[in-house]
Amino acid sequence: MADAQVLTNGMETVWEKPRTLSETRMHYCPGCGHGVVHKVLMEVINDMGLQDKTIGVAPVGCSVIAYNYMNIDMQEAAHGRATAVATGVKRVLPDKLVFTYQGDGDLAAIGTAETIHACNRGENFLIIFINNAIYGMTGGQMAPTSLLGMVTSTTPEGRQIETQGHPIKITEMVATLPGTYYITRQSIHTPTTVRHFKKAVEKAFKHQMEKKGTCLIEVVSNCPSGWKMTPLEANKWLDQNMFPIFPPGDIKVDGKLVEKKQVISQKKEIK
Amino acid sequence: MSEVRLMKGNEAAAEASILAGCDAYFGYPITPQSEIIEYLSDQGRKRGMIVMQVESEVAAINMIYGAAGAGARTMTTSSSPGVSLMQEGISYIASAELPCLLVNINRGGPGLGTIQPSQGDYFQSVKGGGHGDYHLIVLAPASVQEMADFVYLGFDLADKYRNPVLILADGALGQMMEKVVFPNYDPKAHKLPKPWATVGKTPDREPNVITSLHLHSEDMEKINLRLQEKYRKIEANEVRYELINTDGADVLMVAYGLTARICQRVIELAQQAGIKVGLVRPISLYPYPYEIISKLTEKIKGYFVVEMNAGQMVEDVRLGVNGKVPVGFYGRMGGIIPTAEEILQNLQKFVKTVSVKEKK
Ligand SMILES: Cc1ncc(C[n+]2csc(CCOP(=O)(O)OP(=O)(O)O)c2C)c(N)n1
Ligand code: SF4
Ligand SMILES: [Mg+2]
Repeated sequence: MADAQVLTNGMETVWEKPRTLSETRMHYCPGCGHGVVHKVLMEVINDMGLQDKTIGVAPVGCSVIAYNYMNIDMQEAAHGRATAVATGVKRVLPDKLVFTYQGDGDLAAIGTAETIHACNRGENFLIIFINNAIYGMTGGQMAPTSLLGMVTSTTPEGRQIETQGHPIKITEMVATLPGTYYITRQSIHTPTTVRHFKKAVEKAFKHQMEKKGTCLIEVVSNCPSGWKMTPLEANKWLDQNMFPIFPPGDIKVDGKLVEKKQVISQKKEIK
Repeated sequence: MSEVRLMKGNEAAAEASILAGCDAYFGYPITPQSEIIEYLSDQGRKRGMIVMQVESEVAAINMIYGAAGAGARTMTTSSSPGVSLMQEGISYIASAELPCLLVNINRGGPGLGTIQPSQGDYFQSVKGGGHGDYHLIVLAPASVQEMADFVYLGFDLADKYRNPVLILADGALGQMMEKVVFPNYDPKAHKLPKPWATVGKTPDREPNVITSLHLHSEDMEKINLRLQEKYRKIEANEVRYELINTDGADVLMVAYGLTARICQRVIELAQQAGIKVGLVRPISLYPYPYEIISKLTEKIKGYFVVEMNAGQMVEDVRLGVNGKVPVGFYGRMGGIIPTAEEILQNLQKFVKTVSVKEKK
């Protein structure tokens, strides 16, 4: 607080840490997307005055202790079960705002059934899906969203269709379910995309207040450590290799699927 | 309220959960307990309970975690294979100390097994089931009346200790019809405040966090020590059992649930055959009535344990007995309910062996 006063002394405040972010220093690797997503999410909750109305559900993954950074009431779910936990919370507290925060392994591998059925029931909460195409927490193993040919600690020769199947596009899958209302794919690797992501979060919370149904925001993110790249290399790699398979943009808006501009082959191998 | 009704055990448990003020039920159908979710889908919903049939027992138990963490009085019910699926979630719930009520209407296993009644899930229920050092409070009803009564008791104990409570019954108790009376119970007078629940952080307090994660060993050990301290308190305060015909008995049977009912008939048959036998019926399977079992060794020649499994609770009887008297066992598996006559036959054999030993 004292520091903030010194900083603002005679100067204009351009950014203030929202009350919804705790003082705890984040443990994420340099350049990791998790920290940025946390910050934006908490800014929105702060700006919209939702701190006392929001309950978050953390996953098992690198963001398992998200509750140490988010200054709101939270529950830590078992691996993959965040949407089931959130269902329990939201059903007994229908007027509160609930979100889950989940990685690709959590949401699209071990938790696939819970994800699909929560969306199919149209559970009135927001799912934040951090797709970094890898299992960050356990040391860089293949994720269900790992790209074809992508080298991970369990795909030393690169991901092969024959043995490991295709990168799963669960966001497109849940968009086909009538229970979902707003489904979008965003990223946070540039200042512009961060702003777009923030808008998406605001929109999703508004939909939740109006009890519209499930909203899911996929964030195409990075994992510099797991990808074995510098943060800059990672963001460039994301742009070149993740976007062709996981194209950014809205997939479902106001309960209606957005017309596809281009069809991208799932079989594209990484460069 | 105090009218006598004729109901199935499953229905009685379901009705009791409504009267006990259960806010939310999450479940997945499985024989022989589907009457519970069916009853609640009709009666529960009509009377204001949130009742959800969900995609799996895995989802159900994690919804229980979420709802209990948000401060609701909540319940799930299942039968053996479904309860196996729930074990990860139960371990998390025990660790995060969330009060809730679980019901297992035990059927024969292992595997998909049979839909017939069994007590094969004793170990799973009282020794852990899921990973880590934890205990459920386990109550074993032996009548339709207790199927109802233990729902109230279960919710109250869960709240009191912030601990999951399991009602362990078998398929026969779930399916059989008996008289039942529902007591006057005012949920508002029983539900305890839950200041730890995640309901939205207000400025006057720190955030509430429901978690079972403690990355530093020292922290995790502290949590474990706290849990163990709680379990010692439960062991000191919540042991429940019934003694039937124990005065002057030469041999005591030990049985819980349905087998305890059958053993009451065995007592009559044994008396006609000139054998003085009584029954210890554990009601709480955790905490287990070790002390009374130990104490009674001074008055008897041996214990005879009857279960619908290969011999699970008998291990706890042996722990209580600690070698002081012989312990015999008779069990049927695969969903077979032993008859009073076959139990008597085996009891007679056991009585002979303990009498011979005495002569030597
Ligand atoms: C039941 C269970 N299985 C496996 C694990 C180990 N585990 C922890 S996190 C994780 C994968 C996390 O990857 P992701 O969800 O993509 O999150 P990220 O770390 O990449 O953000 C795994 C396999 C676990 N905790 N629980
Ligand atoms: S391992 Fe990857 S996902 Fe985890 S904190 Fe580091 S960069 Fe982020
Ligand atoms: Mg990941």
